[in-house]
Amino acid sequence: MNIVLDENSGAVHVVDDLTYDLIGRIAAGKTTSKKILSAVKKDFPKASDKDIAEACGEIKELSDNGDLFTEDPYEDSIERFAKHPTVVKALCLHVAHDCNLNCVYCFAGQGEYHGPKGLMSYETGCRALDFVVSHCGGRTNIEVDFFGGEPLMNWDVVKRLVAYGRGLEKKTGKHFRFTITTNGVLITDEVIDFCNREMDNVVLSIDGRPEVHDRMRPTKTGTGSIDIILPKLKKFASSREALGKEYYVRGTYTHYNLDFAKDVLWLADQGFHEISVEPVVADPSNDYAIRKEDIPVLLEQYDILAKEMQKRRGTKKDFNFYHFMIDLEGGPCVYKRLSGCGSGSEYLAVTPEGDLYPCHQFVGEPEFLLGDVWRGVEKTDLVESFKKCNVYEKPECRTCFARYYCSGGCAANAYHANGDIHMPYEIGCELQRKRVECAIALKADAALSE
Amino acid sequence: MKHIQTLNTRKLTNTVKTGGCGECRTC
Repeated sequence: MNIVLDENSGAVHVVDDLTYDLIGRIAAGKTTSKKILSAVKKDFPKASDKDIAEACGEIKELSDNGDLFTEDPYEDSIERFAKHPTVVKALCLHVAHDCNLNCVYCFAGQGEYHGPKGLMSYETGCRALDFVVSHCGGRTNIEVDFFGGEPLMNWDVVKRLVAYGRGLEKKTGKHFRFTITTNGVLITDEVIDFCNREMDNVVLSIDGRPEVHDRMRPTKTGTGSIDIILPKLKKFASSREALGKEYYVRGTYTHYNLDFAKDVLWLADQGFHEISVEPVVADPSNDYAIRKEDIPVLLEQYDILAKEMQKRRGTKKDFNFYHFMIDLEGGPCVYKRLSGCGSGSEYLAVTPEGDLYPCHQFVGEPEFLLGDVWRGVEKTDLVESFKKCNVYEKPECRTCFARYYCSGGCAANAYHANGDIHMPYEIGCELQRKRVECAIALKADAALSE
Repeated sequence: MKHIQTLNTRKLTNTVKTGGCGECRTC
């Protein structure tokens, strides 16, 4: 199957061999139409002049319609857009800087973010919700993720904050979309019932095969945690599915399980249908960090996974893989794609003490402390720097075909790999390009199978 | 079209005028 992606319009075309060859030659430029036709005739001796003329006509029609060879018309628009007043409309609420697991790769230093243990008070949480309501401008939708550490270690405050948020909705006309990210240890029937009523999404942490999970996610006493969490996660996930509510199980792969496709499939075979398994974000000096020499193996794993998903499509073993999800018809507008996740401007993390950081991955880094929920954002120059985290500010991104699908990558990954939020994380880029390629191929295959 | 099948009809270019409301989900 030959797939052509018109980067700037987002159009995806499936074409025959002759047309694929023609488009490739035209895109490469530096030659005349006569030379292109002569070369094509040589490579496709069975193609008639009529076939070649038809293919050329179709290419021209798409080009005239703005579906092929489209120029980039966005740079001026995104510059104007970035000058709009900054609003805050999403919070990562760290209700607990404490954890009941001892995960080896935890960027939060076993839940404490390299600082003291702490639980967010109800009063600080209320102030954070007041802060986001008063700083979201005209936006109606507000997102709040209960995060940690382990948020279920401060469960009573989570429930009270949801109730406070619902009260704010009635007063202000805003809409809160609450979500929670948990390691699963403290899940009970009461937690499941409450979350199924109030949480738009739940993220359940599990890495995959028992030996993989237990190696990286031990308990505080050093024993494995999979036997504790797996039955609870299954119960939670199946209850969400029965209600048509969103959830996904989320794992992390490291240098120690480069064959991570097996972990994804293991999770699918456990009955989970919404799955994300992502590369670890780690200092390159860590033994479990992903290395440059791991890339070929990882790219092959994404191919293996895509082929297996193709086989399972439409069967009971079908599942969604988060990084292969792509919405070709109703995906986000160009402003969303170019401004990314909004970290450091629209999206902030709040510590148990009420301090503000650009996102959860920067918490505890003194130079990224932006302010707090009482005084607001004080480091406005840093906010402006994060607002400029778009593909036009990064030379490497300007020519990358995946730029409208990754938005220039993760600022935290860039910072932790290169010490600069504006310098893309090369390994992440390689993996992202492969994921986008697989995602579009799966979409194309599904469309052609219908 | 005989040689080309286009899978999506929506153009990103059209969202320059219609996008940017900021109401969609904001990692």
